[in-house]
Amino acid sequence: MARAEAEVAKSTGGVVKWIDDRFPLMETLRYHVTEYYASKNFNFWYVFGVLAFVVLIIQLLTGIFLTMNYKPSSAEAFASVEYIMRDVEWGWLIRYMHSTGASFFFVVVYLHMFRAMLYGSYKKPRELIWIIGMLIFFVLMAEAFAGYLLPWGQMSYWGAQVIISLFGAVPVVGDALVEFIKGDYAISDITLNRFFALHVILLPLLLVGLIFVHIVALHEVGSNNPDGIEIKENKDANGVPVDGVAFHPYHTSKDLVAIIIFLIIFSAVVFFAPEAGGYFLEHANFEPANVRVTPEHIAPVWYFTPFYAILRAVPSKAGGAALMAAAVLLPMFLPWLDKARVKSIRYRGWMYKTALTLFVISFVTLGWLGLQPAEGIYVTLTRIFTVVYFAYFILMPYYTSIDKTKPVPNRVVYNA
Amino acid sequence: MTDDVSDQVDNNRRHFLTVATAVTGAVGAAFAAVPFLASLKPSARAQALGAPVEVALGNIQPGELIRVLWRGKLIFVLRREEKMLSELANNDANLKDPNSEVVEQQPDYAANPTRSVRPEFLVLEGSCTHLGCAPIEDFPVRPAENWYGGFFCPCHGSKFDLAGRVLKGVPAPTNLRVPPYRFVRDDLLLIGQDTGVA
Repeated sequence: MARAEAEVAKSTGGVVKWIDDRFPLMETLRYHVTEYYASKNFNFWYVFGVLAFVVLIIQLLTGIFLTMNYKPSSAEAFASVEYIMRDVEWGWLIRYMHSTGASFFFVVVYLHMFRAMLYGSYKKPRELIWIIGMLIFFVLMAEAFAGYLLPWGQMSYWGAQVIISLFGAVPVVGDALVEFIKGDYAISDITLNRFFALHVILLPLLLVGLIFVHIVALHEVGSNNPDGIEIKENKDANGVPVDGVAFHPYHTSKDLVAIIIFLIIFSAVVFFAPEAGGYFLEHANFEPANVRVTPEHIAPVWYFTPFYAILRAVPSKAGGAALMAAAVLLPMFLPWLDKARVKSIRYRGWMYKTALTLFVISFVTLGWLGLQPAEGIYVTLTRIFTVVYFAYFILMPYYTSIDKTKPVPNRVVYNA
Repeated sequence: MTDDVSDQVDNNRRHFLTVATAVTGAVGAAFAAVPFLASLKPSARAQALGAPVEVALGNIQPGELIRVLWRGKLIFVLRREEKMLSELANNDANLKDPNSEVVEQQPDYAANPTRSVRPEFLVLEGSCTHLGCAPIEDFPVRPAENWYGGFFCPCHGSKFDLAGRVLKGVPAPTNLRVPPYRFVRDDLLLIGQDTGVA
C-alpha cells in the first residue's frame, strides 16, 4: 500500500490526475493520511481509537450478513437467530462475532474515553472532538440497546421493558411517550420491527456520520499526546511539527500491531467463550420472550451496569431516572469542569491523580454492583460509589484549580 | 447593465422574501413531519388487536390468580378470599396512596378500599409502576415482617398489597394500574371496556 501511494504521489498524469482535476483525492490523502502529523511519543493508550474503528467495520460487515437470515417479527425472531446458529453455514461464527463485537466496542470505547481523561484530551482546543465523541457514545448505547431486543429472548424483552419504562418518568407526557416508542400498548411485534429499523439503518448511519465528523475535527486541531503539549507550536523549516510523525506509514504500522493483538484476543473470545460466562450473552436470553414472566434476576449487559446501578441507588422512579441521565450526560461537560492549566496526568498534582483513581474504582465497582440484586449491602455500596462518581465531576472545578501542577516541557518526552 | 441591477438592491424586499421563504418552508416541514411521526403510533391493527377480552370467572377458585393478556399487556385477575380482604386494612399505615387518590391509576369505580367493582375480584395490570416488570404473587401472611400478602417485583423489589396498592420505601411511585373492566354477566368479566351496563 505504501508503495502504491508513493507511485500515485509522483504521478502527474494518468488516472490520478484525471481524478484530481475533478475531486481532491491526493489532497485529501495528504491532509488526512500521509501528511497528518501526530506526536511520536504515542503509547499503548493511543490505539483504542483505531481499534474502535476496526470493531465498527466488524459490526457493519457481520451485521449485514445477519440481516440476510434474521426475521424481525415476534413470531420468528427467536427461531431465526437459532436458525442462523444451527443451519446457516458459518452462521454461528458471524453471529458470535457480532455479539462479541458489541461488548468489545464498549471495551475499546471506554478505554478510548479513559485515555482522554488521562491526558486531558478533552481540554481546549479539543472540546468539540470530545462532545462529538460523547454523541457517538450515546448513539452507540442506543444502537446496542436496540440490537439487544432483536433476538427476542427473555432478557431482550424485559430489558427493553425496563429501559423504555424509564421514559415514563418524564413529567406529564411520560406515558404517551412510552406508548409512542413502543408503537403499541405493550412491547410487541411492532416494537421489534421498528427497533430493527433503528438498529440497521438510522443509528448506524448516525454513527458513521458522527465518526466522520469526529475525525475531521481531530485532524483540524491535531492529536493530543501523553505530555498534553501542542506539537504544532514547535515546527521545523518545512512547517512540520518536530515532535510529529506522519500518520502513514508510521502510526499505521504501529496500529497494525495493535490490531493484530486485538484480533487474537477477540478471536479467543469468539471461539472459546462467546457468552463470556453470561456477561456478553445473558443466560436468560436463551429462552424466548415470555410476556407473563419476568426472569428472577434481571440485569442489563455489562456495559450498561454502572449506569443501571446508579438508577437503582435511589428508591424513587423519577429520582433514579434523573440521576442516571445525569450520570450519562455529565462527562460531556468535562472540558469546562476541568480548570487545570496542564492537560496530561504526567504534570498534574496528587489531587487529580487521586480523583481519577477514585473515579475508575467507582465506575468499575458500580458496574459490578449493577449485576447484583438490589438489596442489603449492595444498595449501601451503590449509594457510596454513586456519590464518588458524581463527586469526581461536581468537585472538579475546585480540586483542579487548587491542585499543584508540575512544569510542562516544550518537547514531548518518551518516559515520564 | 449589471451595475444597474446591483445598484438597485432593495434590502427590505430581500429581507421580507428571506423571512417569508423560511417561514413557508418551516410550516411545510412541520406538516410533512406529521405523517411520519403519526405512523409510529399504534396502528389500526394494533388497536383492533387491543379489543376487550372476556374472562370466564366460574373456573377461578377462591384465592387463585389467573393471568390474561389484553392489548399485549399482562392482566391479573385474583379471586380474593374473605380473609385476604380483611387483611387489607393492616397495610393502610404503610402505603403511599392508601385511598387511591392518584386518578390515572384506576377508573373511578375502582377508587375504593378494595380497588374493585366487586371486592371478590381484583383486576390489575401486571406491570410494576416502577419500570414495567411483571410482579410475582406472594400471598402467605407473615405478620412478623409486616407482610399481609400481595405482590413483589423481582426487578427492583417494589411491593404491593392485595389491592395492588404500593407499599412505602420501594421504588415504584404509584399503585398498580386497574384497567377498565365490567361484569357482562355474574360469571363473565370483560377487560378493556367499561361502557354500557356495568
